[in-house]
Amino acid sequence: MNTSRLQRFGLAVLAWSITCVIFFPILWMFLTGFKTEAQAIADPTLFFTPTLESYVAVQGRADYFRFAWNSVHVSFGSTLLALIIGIPAAYSMAFLPTRRTKGTLLWMLSTKMLPPVGVLVPIYLIFRDLGMLDTRIGLTVIYTLMNLPIVIWMLYTFFKDLPKDILEAGRMDGASTSQEIFFLLIPLTLPGIASTGLLSIILSWNEAFWSLNLTSSRAAPLTAYIASFSSPEGLFWAKLSAASTMAVAPILIFGWLTQKQMVRGLTFGAVK
Amino acid sequence: MATLRLKQVAKRFDDTDVIRGIDLEVNDREFVVFVGPSGCGKSTLLRIIAGLENATSGDIVIDGERINEVGPADRGLAMVFQSYALYPHMTVEDNMGFSLRLARVPREERRAKVLEAARVLQLEPLLDRKPKALSGGQRQRVAIGRAIVRNPSIFLFDEPLSNLDAALRVQMRIELARLHEELDATMIYVTHDQIEAMTMADKIVVLQGGVVEQVGSPMELYHHPRNRFVAGFIGSPKMNFLPVEARGVTTRGVEVTLPGGGVSEVAVNGAGSRTGEALELGIRPEHLLLDEQGPLAGRIEVIERLGGQTSLYVRMDDGIVTLTADGDVAHAVHDRVRFGFEPGRAHLFDGQGQALESLQRHPLSELGRRDSRADPEAGA
Repeated sequence: MNTSRLQRFGLAVLAWSITCVIFFPILWMFLTGFKTEAQAIADPTLFFTPTLESYVAVQGRADYFRFAWNSVHVSFGSTLLALIIGIPAAYSMAFLPTRRTKGTLLWMLSTKMLPPVGVLVPIYLIFRDLGMLDTRIGLTVIYTLMNLPIVIWMLYTFFKDLPKDILEAGRMDGASTSQEIFFLLIPLTLPGIASTGLLSIILSWNEAFWSLNLTSSRAAPLTAYIASFSSPEGLFWAKLSAASTMAVAPILIFGWLTQKQMVRGLTFGAVK
Repeated sequence: MATLRLKQVAKRFDDTDVIRGIDLEVNDREFVVFVGPSGCGKSTLLRIIAGLENATSGDIVIDGERINEVGPADRGLAMVFQSYALYPHMTVEDNMGFSLRLARVPREERRAKVLEAARVLQLEPLLDRKPKALSGGQRQRVAIGRAIVRNPSIFLFDEPLSNLDAALRVQMRIELARLHEELDATMIYVTHDQIEAMTMADKIVVLQGGVVEQVGSPMELYHHPRNRFVAGFIGSPKMNFLPVEARGVTTRGVEVTLPGGGVSEVAVNGAGSRTGEALELGIRPEHLLLDEQGPLAGRIEVIERLGGQTSLYVRMDDGIVTLTADGDVAHAVHDRVRFGFEPGRAHLFDGQGQALESLQRHPLSELGRRDSRADPEAGA
């Protein structure tokens, strides 16, 4: 394609505008966190004297690190679990498909179309009876189940791109199924597995519905932490912003550090 | 010592019969080539032997033992894949030693075996490289090396040369033949290329539509094809087919009326033929001879000069005939030429495409590539 300079310039402007529109709320949240409550509800301005007042107040009211640790624990734990279940599942679907494989894949995806609130009551009751309410184990399990369809779908597409011959050569060489998976499949699809894991971590980190409904204090992750600043005493914008900034910062930094891996994984197999 | 027997092996995928009841015997140290057009089931048959695919019915017997239920690794076979299927994340040495590593062979012994195979294949300088850093021919040799290291009773090759360029293919062909001598192993080789089949095989198995059309030595298939399909498939350029009519049967063969009215006698057993029956005459391009008095005639449409020989494409009333002539033939395009053939070299096919049996066996038709071993009685 022969794009002129003007076209390319126009495209750049458009891309930057969209980026700014998307990024603006985050920037505004970040700035508001450094304002006083009075400044936060005053006429919007970009120029003000920053203060850590809200951060101090927020940390005084709730222990950020406890929530953050819960988030880390639950999102990494559920991702690990989802990969442990998902890799063998996707392996068998990709390399030993049956007549029902396609249907199973679609069915798994269809479970994502059900609004979670539809199954809230039964799951809540099951969790209550099993004593899993407000436990990190409980939340890990629910996140694993929540992400499993996506994890299997992604792994399935990555595995599909691996030439079958390589695994068959391994089988001829005497590899058992688990050796095939550990010595050949996993090392060869590591970029794909990594980006699947990263996506699962991000989805778990950002999940709010189940964490708000199934936890209260002991196992509450950062999403519950943010929510705890929104309602009870009216809206304190500066404190809410400070809390939110602290909640999204780790995953943003994490995403930024791993973006190369993410993009590589998501476009893995697209070329060649 | 490794022999393979297939008894009524069949394979169905959903509603398609891919292999329809194949019986075959592969002798010890034989180089057997499965050849046929794409989709004939040759690769599937090889995969069934390898254990990568299950036969729907029938028995696979190695050294007298039925191995249908034995896993691929425990059959004692090694396979070289068309795509080489090297492990991209491992070095050449690790690729070749992977099977030994899985079998928990100690590191020292493993290394010794890999080095030995690398020596045979001249891969020693490349042992630390990853497959990505190798050329096509080198990758191919690593894939073969991986098979050698396993010391299999039978080597299986699935179109191993088809990803190489023409020059390299010829070179690897020679190398494989040499390797067969050196390793003295039973080898089964799948290809769609009849030249590979002719040059390397002790025994060729021609497959079409999941059935064996003919099994025989290269010379046997060339001189005594059992039917029209084998006749057309083996040999390059392809055999010519001309519609003829049986005029009469004698002790010396069948007399036929050629296109254009000429009469010729073909040395085949005409016991089943009737006078007036429509037959097909098959003559290889190299057996058609330019001859002023020849019974056939046509106009040259295309000339391909290869230097040593020249291919003439001659338009007759019923289509184009290919004729391989001397390299120095002086004819030009649009020339009218007359030509004939040696009656002993021609074939006749009936309405079902079955060949009428030759009255004389070709003296070399039992000759394998290594005649003395393939068939002791035939000896040179």
